[in-house]
Amino acid sequence: MNISAIYRREMRSYFSTPLAYVFIVIFLMLAGIFTFYLGGFFARAQADLEPFFTWHPWLYMFLAPALGMRLWAEERKTGTFELLMTLPVSMGSAVLGKFLAAWSMMGISLALTFPMWITVNVLGNPDNGVIAAGYLGSLLMSGAYLAISACVSAATRNQVIAFVISVVLCFTFLLLGYPLILDLFRSWLPGGVISFMATIGFLQHFDSIVRGVVDFRDVLYFITFIGLWLYAGAWTVDHHRS
Amino acid sequence: MTTARIVANNLLKEFGHIVAVDDISFSVETGEVLGFLGPNGAGKTTTMRMLTGFLRPTRGEISICGINMLAKPVQAKARIGYLPEGAPLYPELTPGTFLKFAGMVRGLGGKELDNRIAETAEKVHLREVWNQAIETLSKGYKRRLGLAQAILHDPEILILDEPTDGLDPNQKQEVRQLVKQMAETKAIIISTHILEEVNAVCTRAVILARGRIVADGTPRELESMAADHNAVSILIPSGKAALLAEKLEKTDSIRTVEITPRGEDRSLIQAFPSAGSLILTQITDIIKEHDIRVLELRQEPGHLEEVFRKLTVPEERPADGGQA
Repeated sequence: MNISAIYRREMRSYFSTPLAYVFIVIFLMLAGIFTFYLGGFFARAQADLEPFFTWHPWLYMFLAPALGMRLWAEERKTGTFELLMTLPVSMGSAVLGKFLAAWSMMGISLALTFPMWITVNVLGNPDNGVIAAGYLGSLLMSGAYLAISACVSAATRNQVIAFVISVVLCFTFLLLGYPLILDLFRSWLPGGVISFMATIGFLQHFDSIVRGVVDFRDVLYFITFIGLWLYAGAWTVDHHRS
Repeated sequence: MTTARIVANNLLKEFGHIVAVDDISFSVETGEVLGFLGPNGAGKTTTMRMLTGFLRPTRGEISICGINMLAKPVQAKARIGYLPEGAPLYPELTPGTFLKFAGMVRGLGGKELDNRIAETAEKVHLREVWNQAIETLSKGYKRRLGLAQAILHDPEILILDEPTDGLDPNQKQEVRQLVKQMAETKAIIISTHILEEVNAVCTRAVILARGRIVADGTPRELESMAADHNAVSILIPSGKAALLAEKLEKTDSIRTVEITPRGEDRSLIQAFPSAGSLILTQITDIIKEHDIRVLELRQEPGHLEEVFRKLTVPEERPADGGQA
């Protein structure tokens, strides 16, 4: 099938360059630093992975744009964009195939943090259901970040610009859910707008999933968010052909 | 199924205020190799990009094997093999993995794909570099790999944007040979600015200038549009040059005569016929009559370069003469 051909081509490109390995190593290093130094994993003396997951929104804010910036910008720069767009591939398959490949890279990196999970099980008796939910939430949120980055990448052939704009957009959607930011606006915006802001931001949804409450609506939020940004990405790609 | 394989109707492409392709129409049948000629910026690449579905025309229609490119792009693209300008490829892949990708995207798989890849690699001689990263390949190999990707699925239509650009003379010859071999069963468009290539491979050629078709015909027909078409060149000893020139100038069907000294004691006389006239027999009669010793005599077929310049250089543009 078309999607799988696109997907496999992307994955091959990741793994036939240092990109995949560098990305995974950096991901694991940063995840570790955040968990142990900033999260105070041992000092808390609790058998859970909360300090691990709490920092993921910040981790992805840089790593997802780094992974997503090349998705389309690079094709346009090397000219393979023309090749790809003249192959019998629908826009949907191209956009989805590329996105799924980048998301898989995230998934692989996230999966490689399994020693963390083993560690808490050795040290104590954690609620493994909550941890599984945490992984699910983290994966969904990385997809949301990536969908933004993929869309931005379609708008430019300059990867640095793609990276910077993606980071800013991701940061915005992250901040939208922070109580500190919401309080800032609370004094002069109606309550409806405030709760809307909190609803479209990542944090509320991510937090509730990570706490172990896998609400269908939170999952739906991320799926919809990804879908909308992919759609916007497809539109941008199409628009930039002519 | 009597429709032509490629049909372009009133194609127009504007980029902002610039009209890149200005209302052109043409069609290509199976068995034809259509050459796109024209100076840089004439609209060759833009036209090819519209035919292959990369660019959307501002106006006009494209039909590929009877399929409307604008309405059903995926089906139409499946019938085409395309080598884009500069043969873009994924630099981190190897020729093998790249062709595998190209085949899979086109719905090939398993044993069939393996066979096709092996066959194509053989055709364009890629075996030596099979496991090398594409970014390390020479320009010639990259171009051949681009070509391999275009012919891998044995498409009915082949569109090649400057397929021999950057190749050495031997490689150029090979590519032309390959195109000729495939010509019988396919409709092919190739763009080039090497005019000898038109004579070598094309059954028909279109000359584009400023986004318009300024000439359309067989290479022979185009040559006949040259000013020196059927001109006669005579090399004789200088002593008789003035006499011959004078006699020739008095002949009705001869438009102009030019004398160029060649070396110490020889002169080249060129006689240009007035439109449509054949002057060779009259000239030989005159030569016999005056008993002039001729060192060389030939009738010019006309030069494509001449036609190309005449039609594409703005100053010498004929008053809408060639417009079909």
